[in-house]
Amino acid sequence: MGMTLTEKILARHAGLDRVEPGQIINANVDLVLANELSAAVAIGVMRGIKGADKVFDRDKIALVEDHFVPAKDAQSAKLAKLMKDFAAEQQITHFFDVGRGGIEHVVLPEEGLVAPGELIVGGDSHTCTYGALGAFATGMGSTDIAAAFVLGEVWLKVPATIKVVYDGELQPMVFAKDLMLRTVGELGIDGATYRAIEYHGSTVDNLSITGRFTMANMAIEAGAKNGIFHADEKAIAFVKERTNRPFVAERADADAVYERVIAIDASALEPQVACPHTPDNVHPISQVTREDVHVDQVFIGSCTNGYIEDLRIVAKILAGKKISPSVRVIVNPGSQKVWMQAATEGILTTLAAAGCAVNTPGCGACFGGHMGTLGDGERAISTTNRNYVGRMGSPKAEVYLASPATCAASALTGKITDPRVLELAGV
Amino acid sequence: METTLRGFVHKYGKNVDTDVIIPGKYCNIIDPVELGKHALEGLDPDYTAKMKKGDVIVADTNFGCGSSREVAPIAIKGSGTSAVIAKSFARIFYRNALNIGLPIFESPEAVDGIESGDEIELDPATGVIKNMTKGTSFKAAEFPPFMRQLIEAGGLVPYVEQRLAKRI
Repeated sequence: MGMTLTEKILARHAGLDRVEPGQIINANVDLVLANELSAAVAIGVMRGIKGADKVFDRDKIALVEDHFVPAKDAQSAKLAKLMKDFAAEQQITHFFDVGRGGIEHVVLPEEGLVAPGELIVGGDSHTCTYGALGAFATGMGSTDIAAAFVLGEVWLKVPATIKVVYDGELQPMVFAKDLMLRTVGELGIDGATYRAIEYHGSTVDNLSITGRFTMANMAIEAGAKNGIFHADEKAIAFVKERTNRPFVAERADADAVYERVIAIDASALEPQVACPHTPDNVHPISQVTREDVHVDQVFIGSCTNGYIEDLRIVAKILAGKKISPSVRVIVNPGSQKVWMQAATEGILTTLAAAGCAVNTPGCGACFGGHMGTLGDGERAISTTNRNYVGRMGSPKAEVYLASPATCAASALTGKITDPRVLELAGV
Repeated sequence: METTLRGFVHKYGKNVDTDVIIPGKYCNIIDPVELGKHALEGLDPDYTAKMKKGDVIVADTNFGCGSSREVAPIAIKGSGTSAVIAKSFARIFYRNALNIGLPIFESPEAVDGIESGDEIELDPATGVIKNMTKGTSFKAAEFPPFMRQLIEAGGLVPYVEQRLAKRI
C-alpha cells in the first residue's frame, strides 16, 4: 500500500520507512517559525525549560515581526523588542525586522527558506501556506514552538489525507481564491480537521505559485493540519531561484490511500464570496449581488492575497479610475519585496491615485489588530482568510471574503460587485 | 494530575473560534490574568462578569477553530474557568490546551445532557463528568496513550526536559 505526499514527508523526517494515519511520530523539523506574538509566549516557555539555553540550530529558525508592527503601542513594542533581543542573544540568522521582511508567510518562501519535501512548523495557523511548494507545514501554539526551538523535532499525529481534484479551465476573473473559497464551502470549517488536503488536477497544475500559496494558506479554514501541492517544474524553478539548498521533491504513490476524494469542476465556477460570519459560508457572487451589499471598507493584502500578482490584478481594475466615494480602500503589500516591486511597476501610484491608502506590509488589519480595524455596524470585503465575529475589529462589524478582483470591483462601486461585469463593460 | 473540578456551566454553540475566545486586539497581552478579563468577549461580553471561579464552558463541535494563538486557552484558564467540555475540538486548540494545562473533555453525550446553569463535577484523571443538577453521569473520550503520557509527565515542558536529558 502506497503513501500520500504528506505521509512520505513525515515518514522521512521521522526516520521511518512508512507511516500510517493516526500514528504518533517524532519528526525532525527543517525550519521553525514564530512572529512577535507567538514568539513572546514561546520565549517565556523556553526560559522555563531546564537545560534549554540555546535553540537547536540558529540557521533553522525564522523570526518575523509582522502582527502589531510598526508597533501600535508600547505593549506591542515590548513584544517586538522581546523577539528582537532573543534573536540577537541566540544569533538567529533569519530575523526580519520592520522594513526588511513583511508578512511571515510571504517572506519565508521569497527568501528561499521553504523547499519541497521540507517539514516546517510555525507559531501561526497560516504556516500551512508553504504546502504550495510541496513542503509539509503546519501551525502550532507557542509551547509547541518553544519545544521545537529547543529540540528541533516535534511530535505529530499522522493525518489521513483528503484528495481534492480540480479540473477544467477557470473563466476570466475567476481565481485561485475562488477555487479555495469553494473548497472550504464544500468541506466546511471542520471538514478537514486532523486531516491533510492534497491538491490535484489540471486546474491547479496551471495555477501560478501565487495561486497555490492562496490555496494552501486557507487549508486551515477547513480545519486541516496542512494543505499540500506536488512540487512541479514551476515550483522547483521558484525555489531554485532563491536557494541552492538540496531538497527532495517526492510524489504521492499511485496506490496511496485517501480518506476521501472530492472533485471540483473549475470550469463551471463563478467568483465566490464567503459571507459573514464563517469562512465556509460561501456563495457564488451572482447570489450575493441579488441585493445591493454596500461596503465601508475594502481590504487588499494578507498572507492569502498580498502577493505582487494580486496587486497587479487590483491595479489593472483600478487604473485611471476613482474608488467609490463611500468606501475606503486599504492595501497592504505582503512583504517589503512585494512593496518594492509594486513601486517599480507603478502599481502603488496607480492605487494611490485611485484613492487607496497603501500601508506598509503587515498582518494588522486582517486580525483586527490595527491599521484598518472595523467599527460597529461597518461592513468590509476583504482578500483575507477569516471572517469570524470580531475578526477585523468590532463584533458588530461584518466581513465578506473574496478574490482581489472581486474586492477591486467592489471598491469602484461601493458595493459587492461581480468583477466579470466590469470585464464585460471593458474595464 | 489535577483533583476533581466543580462548577456551573455556561453553554455555547458550535465553532466557537479563537477570534471570539480572545479578540485579536488583545493578542499583545501575555499576562494570563489580564487575558482572562477578556475571555470569550467576542461571543459573550458578559462571560467574565457572570462566571465564577471553577465554572465550566460547554460547547458543541469544533471548539477553538481558527488561529493558533495560545493566548486563547490561556485566556480561558486565566479567567478562572476550570475546564472546557465540547463535542469536538479544533486541532491546534486541543494541543495548546493540553500544553498549557487547561483540562478539556470531549463528549458529545455530556454536551447534549448538560444545560447552562447546571452544576457539574469533573475528574480529569478518569474523564468522568457528573451532572449534579440532573443526577446524570458521562465519560469523556480517553486521551490516546501518547497524550496520556504527556499529561502524566506534567505537560510538554517536562517531556522536552526528559528528551533533552537523554541527549546529553
